[in-house]
Amino acid sequence: MVQEIGLDQLIREHPFFEGMDEEALTLISGCAANERFDAGQYIFREGQPADKFYMVRHGSVALEVRAPGRDSIVLQTCDDGDVMGWSWLVPPFRWKWDARATQLSRLVSFDGICLRGKLDADPALGYAMYKRFVRVIAERLSYARLQMLDLYGVEHE
Amino acid sequence: MTAKNSTNTAAFTIDAVTGLQKLIAILAAQGYQVIGPLMEDGAIIYGELESAADLPVGMRDEQDGGKYRLVKGREGVYFDYVVGPHSWKRYLFPPEQKICQIRRQGKAFRIVEEPEKTPRYAFIGARSCELKAMQIHDRVFDNGTFADPGYKARREAAFIVAVNCTRAGGTCFCSSMGTGPKADGGFDIALTEIAEKNRHVFLVEAGSTKGQIVISKLSASEASETDREKAGELVSLAAAGMGREMADDVGPLLKRNLDHRQWDEVAKRCLSCANCTLVCPTCFCNTVEDVTDLTGANAERWRKWDSCFTMDFSYIHGGSVRRETASRYRQWMTHKLSTWFEQFETSGCVGCGRCITWCPVGIDITQEARAIRNSEGRR
Amino acid sequence: MNQMLAAKDPMLPAPFRIERVRKELSDTFTIDLVSAERKRDFAFLPGQFNMLYVFGVGEIPISISGDPARPETIVHTTRAVGTVTNAMWKLGAGQTIGVRGPFGTAWPVEDAEGYDVVIVTGGIGLAPLRPAIYQILANRSAYGNVCILYGARTPEDILYRKELEKWRGQFDLQVDVTVDHATGRWGGKVGVVTKLITRGGYDPHQTVALVCGPEIMMRFAVETLVDRGVHPDRIHVSLERNMKCGVGFCGHCQFGGDFVCKDGPVFSYDQVADRFAIQEL
Repeated sequence: MVQEIGLDQLIREHPFFEGMDEEALTLISGCAANERFDAGQYIFREGQPADKFYMVRHGSVALEVRAPGRDSIVLQTCDDGDVMGWSWLVPPFRWKWDARATQLSRLVSFDGICLRGKLDADPALGYAMYKRFVRVIAERLSYARLQMLDLYGVEHE
Repeated sequence: MTAKNSTNTAAFTIDAVTGLQKLIAILAAQGYQVIGPLMEDGAIIYGELESAADLPVGMRDEQDGGKYRLVKGREGVYFDYVVGPHSWKRYLFPPEQKICQIRRQGKAFRIVEEPEKTPRYAFIGARSCELKAMQIHDRVFDNGTFADPGYKARREAAFIVAVNCTRAGGTCFCSSMGTGPKADGGFDIALTEIAEKNRHVFLVEAGSTKGQIVISKLSASEASETDREKAGELVSLAAAGMGREMADDVGPLLKRNLDHRQWDEVAKRCLSCANCTLVCPTCFCNTVEDVTDLTGANAERWRKWDSCFTMDFSYIHGGSVRRETASRYRQWMTHKLSTWFEQFETSGCVGCGRCITWCPVGIDITQEARAIRNSEGRR
Repeated sequence: MNQMLAAKDPMLPAPFRIERVRKELSDTFTIDLVSAERKRDFAFLPGQFNMLYVFGVGEIPISISGDPARPETIVHTTRAVGTVTNAMWKLGAGQTIGVRGPFGTAWPVEDAEGYDVVIVTGGIGLAPLRPAIYQILANRSAYGNVCILYGARTPEDILYRKELEKWRGQFDLQVDVTVDHATGRWGGKVGVVTKLITRGGYDPHQTVALVCGPEIMMRFAVETLVDRGVHPDRIHVSLERNMKCGVGFCGHCQFGGDFVCKDGPVFSYDQVADRFAIQEL
């Protein structure tokens, strides 16, 4: 794993990791790597093992569903600063959707296999990560529900 | 508004029978359409009077929640009853008003100018609560930004003969609302009936120049001190005889209890029939209807009475905002007793009791207000 | 003659001629009107609405969505959802529509000078805000950061798309567009408009927010803005209720003690916050 200068700082400054202690941050940094995806490239695909989670530095990633004979349906896009991917925390640890870069995107990826083991071993660290991921999931659920409401559609009796 | 606050202390008396008849005749001769109480279909309503004999002489009403009945009152007395299902809003703010006629001309249209035909009404027997109701409507139909010329013209042209109540009606609560029973302004002439064994007169007071002029044509004698006192006592007795009162400070009370369970309680009884809004002298909600004739060349715009109790009153794309009876009842009552203050700086209720009498299930807003006050905080 | 009548009685429609009717989206159109009688000064403020009358069919309230600096033509954008709007869409240039107005309160464009401005809108809600956007852009230097955040149902439902694209190209404007549903062909954002509020680009403590759209969208947008630190009395919303007269006589549009037609439709959030929470008010 290649560690670039600046990644460490990025992690420490990102609101998602705010409040975590020094030891945790070092550990997490150790599991991080920069990744780059060209427009149209897939970050992960439905059904594949979910071994990482991501943070979008710059760009845009569409979470999509494929269906035969029709265009893919975009559920939502993750943009600058968004944390992406929580299937690495929930059994059976497989991606539920496709993730495709809609433009040239730079992401930070975090090694999920390595981290999963560490979270089980260290409950305090586990709690800190789960607490943060619960917020991400809650927010996603909230947004998904608002999207479901079809707010701009014509109301029917 | 022409009838001013009565500041002059002059008072007169006229013989009840001949005087009242002469009054009606003078007003008719001046070109007024004289409207007053009549007995019809077992109730006292307002309609055209041709003479004093048309009045429901000797009749009295018995009113209670959901109950109205006419019985024999004191013989020969002209105003032994109080108010019935009609109010003067039938005339000043009619159930159906034509706003304008519009004629199509090719791709354009124009409004057809019609000659103003403002009716000139003389109201006989307006009670203090009703005068207050008219003053309330004055603020509604001229709200400082917009004014309705039709209403203003009818109001300006009207001659008002008020009657001071000498008896509290079964559902009246004007005392606690500060709206009666003594008329303190807003009339041209005010009458107080003094009916004794050997003597039957009206105490007559002017409330405006118009009124003064008419009084001078009656064979009126200056009122004696005794008569003035008697009249005052009779009205005081009426004031003390009210069987109901509105809770103090009801405006803020309702405003802070919009989620009270009492609304669901009253909704179990309320039929959403809109009777209360029809009989209420201050309810003004209306709808605007645009209609066209079969040729499609002529259209008319009409204003018609409406009620916040109807399901589509609050309809916006997809559905009504107030779907439940509870929220519609709450709208009516909180508007009448609470938000009216924010809008027009007075209460919307004049304590006439009509809504209590004419509610088929006898819902009583004074009781509902009290129920909320008594159980405030205890949800 | 008709204008004099209209001035005398606020219920009389003044005739305006249709200059153009054009389709915006599958169910949305824009209608341009000019006064049918001699030069008439129709001045309006952004956020106000007119009561538009289709001969023999009926009358409805529609927000004015044109440029207040160019009132010779009065522009309205509306969805075709009922008898009147559907009849209106069938009319053509040269025909006459009755106009009463302008009515209602305005977006506080002048009061927002000196602040950052965040405009959060969705669907047809962009139409009542467009006059405010025009006014702000015409006086751009008076404001700090200006952000336009717009949400639509699908990419095909983006209202005033060309204009949004043009605004997005300006260097002194932040424009973010998102849709609720899209296929992979759409390269832009997919997600709720409230998410765009969290992306920053403005100083919440120095921001005036103008919010317009379906009531649910407004509630959540306001919640997100307040969470970020925007002051409730600097957040403004535009409400909608049943209207029959537009002048406070018919009683239909009441929202608590306010008549949406004359005390609104634009309200500051702190004016209406407690009433928003009450069901079926």
